[in-house]
Amino acid sequence: MLSIVRERLRQGYRTSSFPKTEPVLSERFRGLPHIDRSICQEKCPDCGLNCPTEAVSRQGGKAVIDLGRCLFCADCSACSHGALSFTQDYRLAVQTRQDLLLSGEILTLAKALEKEMLALFGRSLKLRQVSAAGCNACEADTNVLGTLVFDLGRFGVQFVASPRHADGMLVTGPVSENMHAALMSTWAAIPSPKLVIAAGACAISGGPYRNSPKVHNGIEDLLPIDLYIPGCPPHPYTILDGLLRLLNKRK
Amino acid sequence: MKRIRNNEAIPIADIPKTSFASFLDQLEEVLDDSSEVLACFVANKPAKTGNEDLELLTLIGCPATNDIAVFRCDLASSYPALTCRWPQFHLFEREIAEQFGVTPEGHPWLKPVRFHQVWQGSRDAWGRNVQQHPLVGDMEYFQVAGDEIHEVGVGPVHAGIIEPGHFRFQCFGEIVLHLEISLGYQHRGAEQLLSGGPHAATACQMETLAGDTSVGHMSAYSQILESLSGQQINRNARALRVIGLELERLANHVGDIGALAGDVGFLPTASFCGRIRGDYLNMTAHLCGSRFGRGLVRPGGTLFAVDEALQTKLLDVINQTTKDTLGALNLFFTAPSVLSRLEGTGAITRDNARDLGLTGVAGRACGLDTDSRRLYPSLASTAEHPLLCGETGDVFARAHVRRLEIDAATAIVRKKLAGLTSGPLKENVNPPRPEMLAVSLVEGWRGRITHVALTDGQGKFNRYKVVDPSFFNWSGLAMSLRNQQISDFPLCNKSFNLSYCGFDL
Repeated sequence: MLSIVRERLRQGYRTSSFPKTEPVLSERFRGLPHIDRSICQEKCPDCGLNCPTEAVSRQGGKAVIDLGRCLFCADCSACSHGALSFTQDYRLAVQTRQDLLLSGEILTLAKALEKEMLALFGRSLKLRQVSAAGCNACEADTNVLGTLVFDLGRFGVQFVASPRHADGMLVTGPVSENMHAALMSTWAAIPSPKLVIAAGACAISGGPYRNSPKVHNGIEDLLPIDLYIPGCPPHPYTILDGLLRLLNKRK
Repeated sequence: MKRIRNNEAIPIADIPKTSFASFLDQLEEVLDDSSEVLACFVANKPAKTGNEDLELLTLIGCPATNDIAVFRCDLASSYPALTCRWPQFHLFEREIAEQFGVTPEGHPWLKPVRFHQVWQGSRDAWGRNVQQHPLVGDMEYFQVAGDEIHEVGVGPVHAGIIEPGHFRFQCFGEIVLHLEISLGYQHRGAEQLLSGGPHAATACQMETLAGDTSVGHMSAYSQILESLSGQQINRNARALRVIGLELERLANHVGDIGALAGDVGFLPTASFCGRIRGDYLNMTAHLCGSRFGRGLVRPGGTLFAVDEALQTKLLDVINQTTKDTLGALNLFFTAPSVLSRLEGTGAITRDNARDLGLTGVAGRACGLDTDSRRLYPSLASTAEHPLLCGETGDVFARAHVRRLEIDAATAIVRKKLAGLTSGPLKENVNPPRPEMLAVSLVEGWRGRITHVALTDGQGKFNRYKVVDPSFFNWSGLAMSLRNQQISDFPLCNKSFNLSYCGFDL
């Protein structure tokens, strides 16, 4: 017992003060993409040529990055002229599919739930997590929110063991054919009103497995999505930031 | 039969093709008490329509000679099952049956593995309609009958934040007589996507075959491409790969011990380790920006340089993190209430482990020397690894082996970090040579990762085979539950901590 107390004192208090203070991420962290307009030419034929998920394209002369498809590759090959880079900004969660299409500097981050939903879930949100062919990276970085570093419970958010206890569902993975029925049953078992959160490129668009005949390219065509969290996988702070915005605990 | 080394590529034509009967004779000579079935698969030729000329490739690891025996033979639409003689083949034969409709006659446990349609041909091994996607989990489960027997079904969706799979327990009271694990829910068609590759998305698929083993699978893939092109990478890039692999091992082993602590209700270590796991992941992020090592490893080397400032910083972080880790582990391994829950729980005998081909921590916990870094050193490898084994094959032994490996991995990371010098990071890799076979074995944190590639006349992948350590070890988990209390399932499960998508591909 004494040795436990001694070790606890030695290891110290380690819960982060987020969201009061901004988290310190690694210098090489790849967050919100940035397009250097001085390099990006209007009629450049190479736009998005080598992107593995075709996340970058040219719309109305302007390069557009689909954050729902972007895997934030370290060796991003979408622009062979070097106009595309990643910033340190980890805040990426948005409310509509359209908001994921980044053409300018500003990403329209998720806003708080509507008044009625906020009154229901603002102080207590219970989520069911379903991995539908997720590779365990999105799952692991969601799970980690329960550790003492992030301490998700202090925000009134909890992952629960039954859909009957849940107010919503956080989905990861591209939705394999073999998980389709289980995913839809879980959704059906959650009492209304309910939320759906798509976490990671796979759940939003299929990610690296986009267009595999064995997957559904995420939940876009299957369920109404309330929050999109891009990334491969999204950083735990990206997920937490998205959840807090939805619950009006961060603006 | 042709013998090759780890990370070697040879022309396919150099592997003599034999009849099935003569393959059996040669197999008899090669397989001994220590040999391991690394991979056994059909090298399909998508251009052909029928199932008339299937070719079976078998790779047997021979620890006695530190090399790999490669066999190539004809395969008919039915043949006498190898499993009856050598149980390590059991899942490979089920996999082949599912993919090509080939029947291994006399297989004692012939059930689907991942629940998908046949890859080619018009024959289904179970007589299902080949035009329709099969219903996942639809198979005959083993059942125990009797008045007081009951069955418990769990999954596919589980109670926590975890991948899906279906478990069926046959119970007599609290005691589990038999556990059957039926997977396939995570099947993304990964191996088929690799056909005709490398494609633009191949690298990101490799890093997500099992997302917690990004560095492991990406290292194996990179080594396949390097050996197919006939190139070697430089010393620094090699060292960084080792650092990435060991940080992956550290993060997962520490996390696993934390999870075991949680399951026995020992909260100090559970909460310390949950955080410390993140400290190791963040070290990987310092290297490459991703907590899971995405982008750290690439064919030809690595994308990220480590300058002196980063080197000093990482050495400082690992020193501090090691202190925290040892503190958390010491509490865990000295608490009698913890040890009494771990000891004797979920034990597997050495013979069963050998028969099932258990690899990694699970195999070593039973006293088997299964470290592929020791058994199959590649041509370029110079490091020597100690044998870190348990004896008892129970949850304690699996925790104990992790503890030993945490110490060893820490020492390796320190040494490799200190030895980094400035130099080139990555060389351009030439396109793969045509009509070649390459094999790469990497000791990932769960165990041996096997990748085998065969190229066609244009140097594209004709067949790319992936064997994740979980492919073998799920059978070990099922076996470990025999005659255990069903309430010990979470503890046994955590002591293996296997990958669903690595198995389902």
